[in-house]
Amino acid sequence: MNLLEIENLSLSIGDTPILKGVELTIAPGEVVGLVGESGSGKSMTALTVMRLLPHLARAEGRVAFDSIDILGASEDQMCALRGDDIGMVFQEPMTALNPVKTIGEQVAEGIRWHTKAGRAEAEERARKILDRVGLPEAKFPLSRYPHELSGGQRQRVVIAIACALKPKLLIADEPTTALDVVLQAQILDLLRDLVSEHRMGLLLISHDLAVVTEMADRLTILRNGEVMEAGDTARTLSEQQHPYTRELALASMHVPARPKPHLAGSAKPLLEVEGVGRDYPGRRKSLFRPAQPIRAVDDVSLTIEPAQSVALVGRSGCGKSTLARMILALDKPTAGTIRFRGEPITGKPESTLKPARRDMQVVFQDPYGSFDPRQKVEKLVAEPLHLLEKQPAKAERREMVAHALQEVGLSQRDMDKYPHEFSGGQRQRLSIARAIITRPKLVVADEPVSALDVSIRAQILDLFAELNQKLGIAYLFITHDLTVARAMADEVLVMHEGKIVERGRAAEVLDHPRSEAAQALVAAAPDLHRAIARRMQEQG
Amino acid sequence: MTAYLLKRIIIAALTLVLASIVVFAVMEILPGDPARLMLGLNASADQVEVLRNQMGLNAPLVLRYLHWAGGLLSLDFGRSYTYSVPVIDLVRERVVVSLPLALIALALSTIIAIPVGVFSASRQGRAGDTLAMGAAQLGVAVPNFWFALILIYLFAVWLRLVPAGGFPGWSAGIWTALKSLFLPAIALALPQAAILGRVARSALIEVLNEDYIRTARAKGLPYRTVLWRHALRNAMIPVLTILGLQFAFLLAGTIIIENVFYLPGLGRLIFQAITQRDLIVVESIVMLLVAAVILINLIVDFSYAIVDPRLRAIPGKVRSGFPSGIAPKQILRAVQRFRETRNRSRGRQ
Amino acid sequence: MTLRVDLPEETLAGVLAKAFGNRSFLIGLIITLLVVAVALLSFVWTPYDVSRLVIADKTQPPSWAHWFGTDHFGRDILSMIMVGARNSIAVALVAVGIGMGIGVPLGAVAAARGGIVDEALMRLNDLVFAFPALLSAIMITAIFGPGAVNAIIAIGIFNIPVFARVARAGALAIWPREFILAARAAGKGMTQITVEHVLPNIATLLLVQGTIQFALGILAEAGLSYVGLGAQPPMPSWGRMLFDAQTRMVIAPWMAIFPGMAIVITVLGLNLLGDGIADILDPKSRRRR
Repeated sequence: MNLLEIENLSLSIGDTPILKGVELTIAPGEVVGLVGESGSGKSMTALTVMRLLPHLARAEGRVAFDSIDILGASEDQMCALRGDDIGMVFQEPMTALNPVKTIGEQVAEGIRWHTKAGRAEAEERARKILDRVGLPEAKFPLSRYPHELSGGQRQRVVIAIACALKPKLLIADEPTTALDVVLQAQILDLLRDLVSEHRMGLLLISHDLAVVTEMADRLTILRNGEVMEAGDTARTLSEQQHPYTRELALASMHVPARPKPHLAGSAKPLLEVEGVGRDYPGRRKSLFRPAQPIRAVDDVSLTIEPAQSVALVGRSGCGKSTLARMILALDKPTAGTIRFRGEPITGKPESTLKPARRDMQVVFQDPYGSFDPRQKVEKLVAEPLHLLEKQPAKAERREMVAHALQEVGLSQRDMDKYPHEFSGGQRQRLSIARAIITRPKLVVADEPVSALDVSIRAQILDLFAELNQKLGIAYLFITHDLTVARAMADEVLVMHEGKIVERGRAAEVLDHPRSEAAQALVAAAPDLHRAIARRMQEQG
Repeated sequence: MTAYLLKRIIIAALTLVLASIVVFAVMEILPGDPARLMLGLNASADQVEVLRNQMGLNAPLVLRYLHWAGGLLSLDFGRSYTYSVPVIDLVRERVVVSLPLALIALALSTIIAIPVGVFSASRQGRAGDTLAMGAAQLGVAVPNFWFALILIYLFAVWLRLVPAGGFPGWSAGIWTALKSLFLPAIALALPQAAILGRVARSALIEVLNEDYIRTARAKGLPYRTVLWRHALRNAMIPVLTILGLQFAFLLAGTIIIENVFYLPGLGRLIFQAITQRDLIVVESIVMLLVAAVILINLIVDFSYAIVDPRLRAIPGKVRSGFPSGIAPKQILRAVQRFRETRNRSRGRQ
Repeated sequence: MTLRVDLPEETLAGVLAKAFGNRSFLIGLIITLLVVAVALLSFVWTPYDVSRLVIADKTQPPSWAHWFGTDHFGRDILSMIMVGARNSIAVALVAVGIGMGIGVPLGAVAAARGGIVDEALMRLNDLVFAFPALLSAIMITAIFGPGAVNAIIAIGIFNIPVFARVARAGALAIWPREFILAARAAGKGMTQITVEHVLPNIATLLLVQGTIQFALGILAEAGLSYVGLGAQPPMPSWGRMLFDAQTRMVIAPWMAIFPGMAIVITVLGLNLLGDGIADILDPKSRRRR
């Protein structure tokens, strides 16, 4: 008998339909993946099972857990199920824990509530489960507060809360999306172990096909609230019968065409970074001892040649964004020099930086945060024109903006719109339009596609490749995603704890990493090809 | 924790010193010679000069400030020109009326506001919430001294339940004395409770939308338990901020309300002193009230540290900003919450 | 499901449509405009001349001739309320102007520069905050003697740290946004970024705070006039009228009721207006809808 049965589930919030006739089953001990792009209704499916939907949501159909009718259950019945028989892990570990309560209190709370155990007994059980999820007592006593833990550690606490009472079903909603690849691999391993130890059913929700393939026995692909395809993971992905499945799989593995790859050593370097370091004032341990500075970037040297595409990869917090900011002269190095086209840009006053800034632009990760919501597209895209020696007249400026918009695949009619009228992918195009309007030689792109859905991501990567080919723009891609590095970069630099630990041709570094840090990254990175191959092998 | 508290104490002390300099400077630039004022118009120049020397008025500015400030620390505020008694005696006599009044009002406003805020937040958009917040909206708009007049008319003139004004003194018995503070305290507390109730409600609503509330619900805790155990403590941070600010308002309000009810408190004293140009009394009371405001804000800072463990742990990271200690984002939110209306909640149901 | 934190995003047409669908905004706006209109009308017309004392008509209860009754000098209360509105509005408005004019630049600079400058400005803020408006008014009165200008200065001084704090907190929330980094990458300096990006984005916050301070200013002015530190007779002011009413509460309660209602309605209108604006422009309220 199935643990969870969802039959013909439809859901609407207000007048907006969210889910249409969703079907899904999970047997005890089975791992089922729920895949879909943003807005496909994956999270809402999970919240329906938990009955934690927003106020205005109305669900119809049948959801049965352990032959209990979830949609018809009373709130008291649901409270008895939640946390006891069904556990849930959320996406954002940074905000999922109550900041004013200790981790011990938060783990023990559910135990006490459901088992009516005393404080001491509940704490003992909390201690055990925290030990189990990899937070040993010596370093993580129950009295720790969430803010004293890193993102990965907090996610372990959330998992401990969800699994404290050995639920029959665990729902994990994008449990690793906010973490870097190495942490992702660790958390996925932990989930896999916990599930098999207690024979839990696991509903794993993810936008990442590779992650789901590695984890799930069966998968369900969701799009706009409808199930596109469902079935055995290996078979579904190897046969790719449904066009949408094929589309998703192709987009996840997409490598943009770059007919003219860059040949190293062919030209004078565009950017030279020499022995650059950056210290931040550290946290004071005592009032009377000076704080130990934190070295975010440590003696980094690198060069980028014209039209070369370089990827800087590393785990989160390794200093790659700090380095990018220093290259963009938005932050001052505490050591070393940075030269752009032979001219040093470190330690120069803002007024003399104009020519360098003109030839060096930036694309940020968050397509929502990188535009002033109060300005229209024309003004936003034209902002770098401020750097030109001769300020263009209004008509000329409009002309330039229109041209830039066309180059990134937008229409010049978009000029008078506000940024919120665009989708995430379109906004990233706007961001690129803004970056190329001054015809720069170098664009620094800080995680430019990591906030985008796979299909959009493929398009944006194509655009980057096209501009590189057409305009000869050199790129510095800052990314934690090795697929992006593999798809886009001529060269890959691996950064670890503020230092560059490896540098080489993209394929070489990614296929045969030499440094420990690079090996860890490569081993942890989910890879769809590899995952499908492994699945096929397991099933013979 | 100690580093945070130490920093707050240093800042409070610094503010106090600056405030005393301001008060001293204001009194320095005042026209009129205190010595002449004391002796009256008939005194000779020599007599005045003798008294000036006696009072130390001829000493250099800095010395005079230090002397005055030193006096403050040992509670020696000087002598009142008109009453010819030490100011501290006058203050001591009056503070036993003003301080209990302010504290009762503060307590009353908190006792009313927090439950109303919780009630409204948990019934967001329903009739009870709409009613409570409508009343609060009205309460915010009512000037406390007018409210006091209406209360006097209703309860003292019409119903004759309590005295219309005056204070029998604590020697007349605690109950009798409290009875005469009852109406003034209500007049002060209700408008403040309206503000606090609105802040408490919107702070709670904001917190109830946080991810960790969902985590707590996913543990199986019922909504009510989550509200009391998880949401309320987090919502206390903006509530404390407003509470700290309100104390300053309450002190000012006390001064006015005492005049409505003819209570012999610091407020009456300061207005008598103004009309009689008894500047040393004015100066002393202003200084005293400023010190009270600073002290209350220090207490609020301390209570932040009790409520929020993040403040205890990161001494270097605390960004300053009145009332200090809390993150700027929280101030911003507090400001936004303050303006939250029923419309939003209506939309959410 | 990710919820994104958006900044306010809107077009004029969208804002207008929302404004006229927002009840608290509409009611607030109507009340506020009404009060302003009454104040303006009082310059050209009032039912009775407020400077003429008609002792024969003293403390008349409300009637057809005197809708709101008369005071102890036989002056028409309605006329005095109309003229008093000028005083209240003028004092509160100028005080908001002082607070915004000085406070907003201070807060914006503190947020932009950070470090020592920020610390110093915020300490100064703490200092001013330690003096409730009434205490400043008392000190100012002690220097210059009583008058309406005192009230303006005292309330204005009180407003400065309020606006400085709101502007600073708002600006601090804007500065770390990526579009600020993009503007810096486009070579824009601190001042230019503050003017082009930061101020427009905190404008609504300041507008909302402005209406709050306006309302508080009217309350504070009434309080100061009531204790004799604000507008001086014979200039009619709502606070002063309440003071006159206090001793006559038993024989002429209308002397207290109507000026008080005027204050309540004006403040209520402004608060509703502020609530409405905040609601219309708050991106969160739309996200939740």
